[in-house]
Amino acid sequence: MRATSWIAVNVFKESVRDRVPYNLALFAVLLIGASFLLGQLTAGQDVKIIKDLGLAAIAVFGLFIAIFIGIGLVSKEVERRSIYSLLSKPISRPQFIVGKYAGLVLTLAVNVAVMTVALYAVLGYLTYIQTPAARSAWDAPGVDPRLLEAIGLIFVELMIVTAIALFFSTFSTPLLAAALTFGLFIVGHFNTDLKNFDKIVDSLPAVWLARGVYHTVPDFSAFDIKTEVVHGLPVAAGYIGTTVGYGFAYIAALLVVSVLVFSRRDFK
Amino acid sequence: MSAAISIDGLTKDYQVGFWRKRPYRALDGLSLEVQPGEIFGFLGPNGAGKTTTLKLLMQLIFPTSGRAEILGRPVGDVGARQRIGYLPENPYFYDYLTAEELLQYFANLFGYSRSEARTRAARLLDRVGIGAERRRQQLRKYSKGMIQRVGIAQTLLNDPEVIFLDEPMSGLDPLGRREVRSLILELRDQGRTVFFSSHILSDAEALCSRVAVVAGGRLAATGRLSDMLAFEIRGWELVIADLRPQVLERITGQLQKTTEISPQRYALELPLQVPPERMLADLTATGARLVSLNPIRDTLEDFFVRRVAEVGEGARAPRKGLDAGD
Repeated sequence: MRATSWIAVNVFKESVRDRVPYNLALFAVLLIGASFLLGQLTAGQDVKIIKDLGLAAIAVFGLFIAIFIGIGLVSKEVERRSIYSLLSKPISRPQFIVGKYAGLVLTLAVNVAVMTVALYAVLGYLTYIQTPAARSAWDAPGVDPRLLEAIGLIFVELMIVTAIALFFSTFSTPLLAAALTFGLFIVGHFNTDLKNFDKIVDSLPAVWLARGVYHTVPDFSAFDIKTEVVHGLPVAAGYIGTTVGYGFAYIAALLVVSVLVFSRRDFK
Repeated sequence: MSAAISIDGLTKDYQVGFWRKRPYRALDGLSLEVQPGEIFGFLGPNGAGKTTTLKLLMQLIFPTSGRAEILGRPVGDVGARQRIGYLPENPYFYDYLTAEELLQYFANLFGYSRSEARTRAARLLDRVGIGAERRRQQLRKYSKGMIQRVGIAQTLLNDPEVIFLDEPMSGLDPLGRREVRSLILELRDQGRTVFFSSHILSDAEALCSRVAVVAGGRLAATGRLSDMLAFEIRGWELVIADLRPQVLERITGQLQKTTEISPQRYALELPLQVPPERMLADLTATGARLVSLNPIRDTLEDFFVRRVAEVGEGARAPRKGLDAGD
C-alpha cells in the first residue's frame, strides 16, 4: 500500500513539474473568467452562461488532462525504459498500475479543484454586484452548492476516462491510446442512441453489434447533469449515488483488466 | 552453500516479423550458477542474449521455458527484490526529478522512512561522485555518464546481497570506469555477489573470478577465468638486447615472430615446442642479454573470439523439440 502511494506521489510530482496540466487548468480558469464578460452581453442570462461555460470548461480541460497524461502513464515508462529500474524494486505490477492511476486521479483532483474555485469566484463576484431583484429572477442561486454535484459527476467521468487511457496505455503507443480513448469517449456520449438502435435499423447483426457496444462502453451521458443544475431542476440523490457507483464499478473493472494485461507483458 | 543465482534451461523466444510472424530464439537453454560473494562476468558480443538474460532474471520478460532463482527464491518474488540491486543497460529515469528525489523515491519503495531515504540517497550520491549542487538538478540536464552514475547509486540503495549490472561501464569516462571497477571490488570485499554483463573484456579480466561467454543466445563457455586462460599458453616471448643481426638470422627459422624494439633489441616469439631455456643459453653464449622472458597466454579476447566463432550465431529459430511449452 505504501509503495502504491509513493508511485502515486511520483506521478503527481512529475505532472506538476511537467506544467502541461497546469497550463491547461490556467487556460480553463481564464475561460471561466472570460465567461463573465460574455454573460454581460445577454441580459438576465448571465449567471446561466457563466455556469454553463464554467462546467463545460472543467469537463473539456479535465478531459484533455486525463487523456494526455493518462496515455503516457505506462507507455512513456516503457518507451523510455524507466520501468526497468522501477519494476526491479520490491513492487508488484498491480501496485504499479494502481499507483499510476491514483497519481493521475490526484493530479486531476487538484486541477478540477482549481477550476471549481475559479468558477465559484466568478459566480460570487456576479452575485455581489447584482441587485437583490435581479438575483431573485435567477432559477438557482449564483453561488449554488449544487454545482458541486455536477462537478462531482464530471470528476467521476474523468476518472473513467483516465482508467480507459491507462488501459490502452498498457499495451499500445501513446498516439493509438489517445485515439482509442477519445473515440470511446465520443461513443460513450452517444451510448443511449445505441440502446435504441433496433428501432431505426432492421439488420440483426448491426443491432447485436450496437447492443454489444452499448453494454461494453460506459454511458458517459449519465454523468452529465449540467442542464439540470444550471436551471435549478431537481436531481435525485439516488440517481447521483447510482451513477457514482456505476462509475466506480467501471473503473474497478478497467483497472483489473489493465493489471491482467500489464502483468503478462514483456518489456523488450 | 546454495547458489546466489541459479539458472536452469532458461529459454526465450520472440515472435518477429510484421506480416508473417516467425519465432526468434533470443536465449537458448541457458544454465549456470553463481556462488555467493563472487564477481561473475557475463560476456558476449552484441545481441548474444546478455540483456535478455538479465531481463528474465528481473522478470521484465517471461521465459518461454526454464527457470531461475535468486537467493533461493524464484525470480519475480517481490520479497527477493528487497535483497537485490539492478542497473539496466543505458538506464533512463524521470526527467523532472532531481537525482536526490529519484533516489529518495526508490528508497521509499524499499520501505525506508523519509529520513532514512534521505540519508541513503546522500551517501550514495557522494559515493558515485555526484556533488551537492548537481544532485539538485533535474535529471534531464544530466549527461549520459552522470545518469550512469545515478543508475549505479540506485542499484545500491538497499545494500543488496546480489547486484546485477548490465554494461555498467557504458557511457563512463576513463576515470568513471576506474571508480566503478573499484566499487565492484569493494562490493565483493563486503561479501556481495556481483553479476555483470559486458562486452568489454578488459573489465572482466580485471574484475571477475568466473565468467560465462554467451553467443547466439547459447552458453559458449563458463568457468574460472584463471582455468580458462591458464592452459592456453601458446608460446614464449623473449626480449633480448645486444642481439647481433647474424645471430638473429641464424635462429629466425625457429621463431614465430620477430619484432625490433630498438637497434639490437628484439622481442622474439617462440612456439610452445621450442624450449626457451635452450634458446636463451644459445643466445647468451653470443653475448646477447636477457631482458625478459614471458609465456604467451591467450587473452580473454582471444578466448572469447575463438569460442564465439565456434558457437557462431547458430540457428536463432527454435529447434525442434525445444519450442515453447516443451
